[in-house]
Amino acid sequence: MALIISEEEKLLKDSAIELLKAKSPVSKLRELRDQGDIPYDKSLWNEMIEMGWTALIIPEKYNGLNFGYVSLGQILEETGKTLCKSPLISSCLLSSSLLRMCDNEILKSNELPLIMNGQKTMTLAIEENSYHKPFDFKTKAKLNGENYIINGGKTFVIDGTTSDEIIVVAEIGPDNIGFFKLDSKSKGILIKKNILLDSGVYSDITFNDVIVPLENQLNIKLKGETLLKDLLVIAYSGLASEMLGVIIESFDITVNYLKERQQFGVPIGSYQALQHRAAKMFSEVQLCKSIVIKSLQSIDYNDKNRYKYSHLAKAKLGKTIKLVTNEAIQMHGGIGVTDDADIGFYMKRARVLQQLFGDYNYHLDKLSCINKY
Amino acid sequence: MKTKMDVSLTDFRTETRAWLEENCPISMRKPLKDSNDFYWGGLKAKFNSEDQKIWFERMLKKRWIVPYWEIKYGGGGLTSEQNNILTQEMTRLGCRKPIFSFGISMLGPALLKFATEGQKMKYLPEIVEGKIWWCQGYSEPNAGSDLAGLQTKAIDKSNYFEVTGSKVWTSYADKSDWIFCLVRTDFELSKHNGISFLLIDMASEGVSTRPIKLISGKSPFCETFFDEVKVPKENLVGKLNEGWTIAKYLLTHERQMIGGIGETDVKKALHEIALDNLPMSEGKLADGILRAEISNFEMDEEIFDLTIQRVTDEAKTGNNLGALSSFFKYYATELNIAREELIIALSGSDGLVFEKNYKSDGNLVRKFCRSKGNSIEGGTSEIQLNIISKRILGLPS
Repeated sequence: MALIISEEEKLLKDSAIELLKAKSPVSKLRELRDQGDIPYDKSLWNEMIEMGWTALIIPEKYNGLNFGYVSLGQILEETGKTLCKSPLISSCLLSSSLLRMCDNEILKSNELPLIMNGQKTMTLAIEENSYHKPFDFKTKAKLNGENYIINGGKTFVIDGTTSDEIIVVAEIGPDNIGFFKLDSKSKGILIKKNILLDSGVYSDITFNDVIVPLENQLNIKLKGETLLKDLLVIAYSGLASEMLGVIIESFDITVNYLKERQQFGVPIGSYQALQHRAAKMFSEVQLCKSIVIKSLQSIDYNDKNRYKYSHLAKAKLGKTIKLVTNEAIQMHGGIGVTDDADIGFYMKRARVLQQLFGDYNYHLDKLSCINKY
Repeated sequence: MKTKMDVSLTDFRTETRAWLEENCPISMRKPLKDSNDFYWGGLKAKFNSEDQKIWFERMLKKRWIVPYWEIKYGGGGLTSEQNNILTQEMTRLGCRKPIFSFGISMLGPALLKFATEGQKMKYLPEIVEGKIWWCQGYSEPNAGSDLAGLQTKAIDKSNYFEVTGSKVWTSYADKSDWIFCLVRTDFELSKHNGISFLLIDMASEGVSTRPIKLISGKSPFCETFFDEVKVPKENLVGKLNEGWTIAKYLLTHERQMIGGIGETDVKKALHEIALDNLPMSEGKLADGILRAEISNFEMDEEIFDLTIQRVTDEAKTGNNLGALSSFFKYYATELNIAREELIIALSGSDGLVFEKNYKSDGNLVRKFCRSKGNSIEGGTSEIQLNIISKRILGLPS
């Protein structure tokens, strides 16, 4: 399998570049922030839906486009470049993927078209700790007749306050994990809004005797752990795609700045101290591009090594995004630490992306574990 | 839908696989251990085994010594797709290269691009047949990173050039038959413009060599001295004073080679060496810092391999990477240095034994010492970073 994108994917990517450039440059993020931390631009979200972005990973059976994750990855990379805010991660990458892979056929055929067509947004409530620990749950789902009763708490929920529905991961019993879809307005749900470093809206959610009907469980015969593992591969690779966009754009902005900014009568980019650091970053960016496309392809082709590739992607991108955004600010000098400059937004988004679904340390540890050391 | 082309390539693969299975001796499918396993050809050519001889001769007869050169130059005339298939099938079977030759990897490409038809017809078939062992004369004691500052001079004596000066880091100069050399033919012009590319017979009067011992011990490197050596005019490749263009072209090739493009060397995974050597605690290496360093190394190593694949796929043939070859050279050598450094770290004091004889598969510290040269030879890491920043990123001088 050649590590390149197809002509179709290239066209899709170009259309994303065009739309995002016109409708969602970085100034848009600043505008949303300054108008009071508005989560995202709803009219842009509608355009994304019209462009088919929410249909990319939906099978044809449910009227989706079935292009796959390499395609969605191209879109996410571009949203990373312009720091575009939208429910693509929460509703599409996480929730649609879960529904697509689950074995509750009725739920699937009902919900997938609704998300795809923008009639509702959905998010995933999974983390319970300040650090990524996807298999460590305290939230419990207890069977009670025709319903489950959910108790517990989740944190770092993306778009928690704006999503119409939430998929919550909870422990049903020993070695038994369930995924449950519930309405955000259900009785017993308390959502606390947190504005994080990237001006994004996240939330802590408490579940207090929340009643979910049996038919809202995503996994029936399918083992919850299997579903979770495959979802994590998608989450890691998808986030790595967005991180790639952040890395490429902040690096390009910085290289251009090195060419323009004059000190001592010459462009600062003529100094070898800065040139070599830029060249080293260029090299790391090359590696980032390779692992992102490999991990996306490994999902589409159900490669048995997809778990490893997704850890490699989130580890490498996590390490590189820190390097590149830090260097970006340093190389911008004083202007780099002012709110007037856009470059700071890249560093801020980078730090949140690093923490979402595990940082470099977490994934590096997993890579050691895969090789049993 | 399969095109005619796909079908014929599939057939080619089947035939190639069958031919290799039948003709490559089993002992020629084992990994190379050290330079004694290489066949270098040359006027004093010596095969190290009967199988080595059989393998070389069969490949020569099949015209697969340099399969992608034109038939008239002794090549096999394969298309790049066919050549890729042949490489893949040889890799799959573990077939050794039938000959190691700077003539094939370095001089050949330069001749193909810059030489006259007469020169091509004279030298290329000899290279294919392994008749001449070529070495490369680039660096000088005072021209390392600043290669264009070279001072070995070739004076025009109307019917020949008279060459005087010295070269350093000439691999296998003491065993080679001929040397391709960068010489200064004009001292008035700017330093890049007065250089020419000359082919010199090592048997000429006034040529001498001296081996160089490294911190790792014995090495193939030599110093080469030229004392009023007479070189026929027809040995000039390309135009007079335009040798720097050829040099740059060849350096790109060299970087690609060092950068591992097309290499198939399988190394033992670092974590496996660690598992053989180090104590564990609760299923993990007890030394948590070393564990993280190994993991970080293996992450970069695996993703670098993917990057070779990706860039090759993007370039379709992988033969024209331009300035990107500087990135590959830089990253591959830094990775290898990091690897050797980690091997030493995880071998403890046992790994420090400096065995008397060099064995590339045995002596850890000698390999470790040798790796220190990786980021220097073929253009230092700093030179590669200069090239990346100027030619790829477009940063100003």
